[in-house]
Amino acid sequence: MADVLVYVLHYEGAFNKNSLGAVSEGAARAADVGGACDAVVVGGEDLTDELCGTLGAYGARKVFRANGPEGLAQPVVDVMAKVIADHGHSYAIFGGGLLGFEIGAGLAARCRAGVTMEVTSVRADGDELVAERPILGDSQISVSRYRGGLGIIIGRINAFELRESGSAAAAVEDVEVAFSPWSTRATMVTRGEQRGADVDIEGADILVAGGRGLGNADGFQLMEQLAGAFGANTAVAATRAVVDAGWYPYAAQIGQTGKTVAPKLYLAAGISGAIQHKVGMQSSENIVAINKDANAPIFEFSDLGIVGDLNKIVPKLTDAIRARKGS
Amino acid sequence: MKICVLVKEVPDAAVEKRINPSTGRMDRSGEKNLNPYDTHAIEAAMQLREGGAVAVEEIVAVTMGPESAVRALHKAVSLGADRSVHLCDELLAGSDVAATGYALAKAIESESPDLVLLGQQSDDGECYTIGAVVADHLRMPSLTQVIKLDVIDSEPSAPGLPGLRCERQAEYGYDTVQVQLPAVISVGDAINEPRYPSLKNIMGAKKKPLDTRTASEVGIDSGFVGPDGSRVHCGEFHAPPAKPSGQIIEDEDTAETVARIVAWLDERKLI
Ligand SMILES: Cc1cc2nc3c(=O)[nH]c(=O)nc-3n(C[C@H](O)[C@H](O)[C@H](O)COP(=O)(O)OP(=O)(O)OC[C@H]3O[C@@H](n4cnc5c(N)ncnc54)[C@H](O)[C@@H]3O)c2cc1C
Repeated sequence: MADVLVYVLHYEGAFNKNSLGAVSEGAARAADVGGACDAVVVGGEDLTDELCGTLGAYGARKVFRANGPEGLAQPVVDVMAKVIADHGHSYAIFGGGLLGFEIGAGLAARCRAGVTMEVTSVRADGDELVAERPILGDSQISVSRYRGGLGIIIGRINAFELRESGSAAAAVEDVEVAFSPWSTRATMVTRGEQRGADVDIEGADILVAGGRGLGNADGFQLMEQLAGAFGANTAVAATRAVVDAGWYPYAAQIGQTGKTVAPKLYLAAGISGAIQHKVGMQSSENIVAINKDANAPIFEFSDLGIVGDLNKIVPKLTDAIRARKGS
Repeated sequence: MKICVLVKEVPDAAVEKRINPSTGRMDRSGEKNLNPYDTHAIEAAMQLREGGAVAVEEIVAVTMGPESAVRALHKAVSLGADRSVHLCDELLAGSDVAATGYALAKAIESESPDLVLLGQQSDDGECYTIGAVVADHLRMPSLTQVIKLDVIDSEPSAPGLPGLRCERQAEYGYDTVQVQLPAVISVGDAINEPRYPSLKNIMGAKKKPLDTRTASEVGIDSGFVGPDGSRVHCGEFHAPPAKPSGQIIEDEDTAETVARIVAWLDERKLI
């Protein structure tokens, strides 16, 4: 029998979709090895009994709720270490994102446990769980097997499907935790600041995405003109590199700490195709990439790759599409 | 203030990476280089020193790795570190992430830094968690993926050392977090534009002090490192399901390239 503990992130009174996926996955895999799945939540008053109870729908048996700061990893490590010490969970599972990586790693240090990140699949083998993760730019799969009392599995974003398997509300149990001194030496000043305009890219059928290869913020004009040529239902998207640099709004960012999209066409220019970007757009129906580096990783998962200078290609492509549309 | 910067030697980006089937570990032969993400951490340390908001007495580059890893340290020193520490021991080979973080924490502990800086990820391991492991062992607050770092006054509760105001992108947008030193911070690549080392610094790098330490010298418990001390075993490497490879166009005549793209889009009714 092996029980699973899942950390569930929340923000402004709603649970994170990737965390709910992790609960679904945790419940299914725990059942495979004759155990149950519990959840941990840490935060303030928005974690009502009712909200926590809803985790039962995804298969959580019990929700351990602790009062503590939100959006910081180390207090959650304290809570999970205590819950595991008291209840003996064998695996801890996290959905993708950022906080889960930090908490999972901190927990590995605290509990001297093995940890695997970027996991895309978990399966039972006898009475243990094994985790698979792609490595070397997704060209190989590595299989993780755990020793010792606890195995830590950190999912890749969108790896775990949301499944509503349970019906009853999960039981909620409050846990009192004395936070480690070092956990309280980081404090949130502002959380979730949206930088740049509030653009809407999620409903678009066609996304033209730009990265650092655009050279500077003005480079995005090329992408906006291209989007304009495609017409209605087309929007411009971006990588973290250019959002961090202030070239384009955060609301347009695709990837691990941005949006996940699956448009009919994803046309990327000057984007290398880092894993953290790929995870947010790999389900797109058609992927076209323009990159001057023939070895860019994005060509590994493009349906059509153009090796060349975007500054030459994109303006001509814009004209050609306008002409094709007869406008 | 004393800053330790963790650095790593990684295969050069141009080298095709693979798993050595006989050892089950990454084949680390071939050209190697300082992990490019680490240059941002060194630069961040240099900017703290040059910024003047806090006196930085020393910047120490720390690595764990085989003998060849000294080259990564030389590079780190040429970029501004004052000296370096090389944790080098056969016992450490084959350590998993948690064991590696433990070993690094031990090496850092003997330096008693006020700030530990790292890059956002290693170019080869595709892992961005070592900072959080190191921090828990050092009992320090930590934050990863920081893209802006400002020195602020110390909190009344912890006089002496200053604090840091850090910005980073997380799941819901940008967070600003205040961290009291000593702390472990991993920096994102947007934090700065690393400088190029001057020829003088490249030439002088080998003359800067370099301490080579064994596992026992820094107090590492050998039961916690290496393959036997690691709690996760990675193996059974296999290829993912093959995906049909896409079509590639080399742009020679742009008018023709564009015509082919438009035809391709047309065929799929995307225009
Ligand atoms: C924890 C974590 C979370 C992350 N989350 C995200 C995320 O949510 N989203 C995200 O996108 N990234 C994310 N990243 C960052 C990610 O790893 C990459 O750094 C980022 O995606 C790179 O962006 P880029 O492709 O724009 O830039 P680069 O990697 O610098 O690529 C630029 C590309 O442009 C090409 N190029 C340059 N000039 C031209 C030209 N004239 N014509 C054609 N091509 C040209 C280059 O060949 C290169 O391939 C995250 C990283 C970490 C560690």
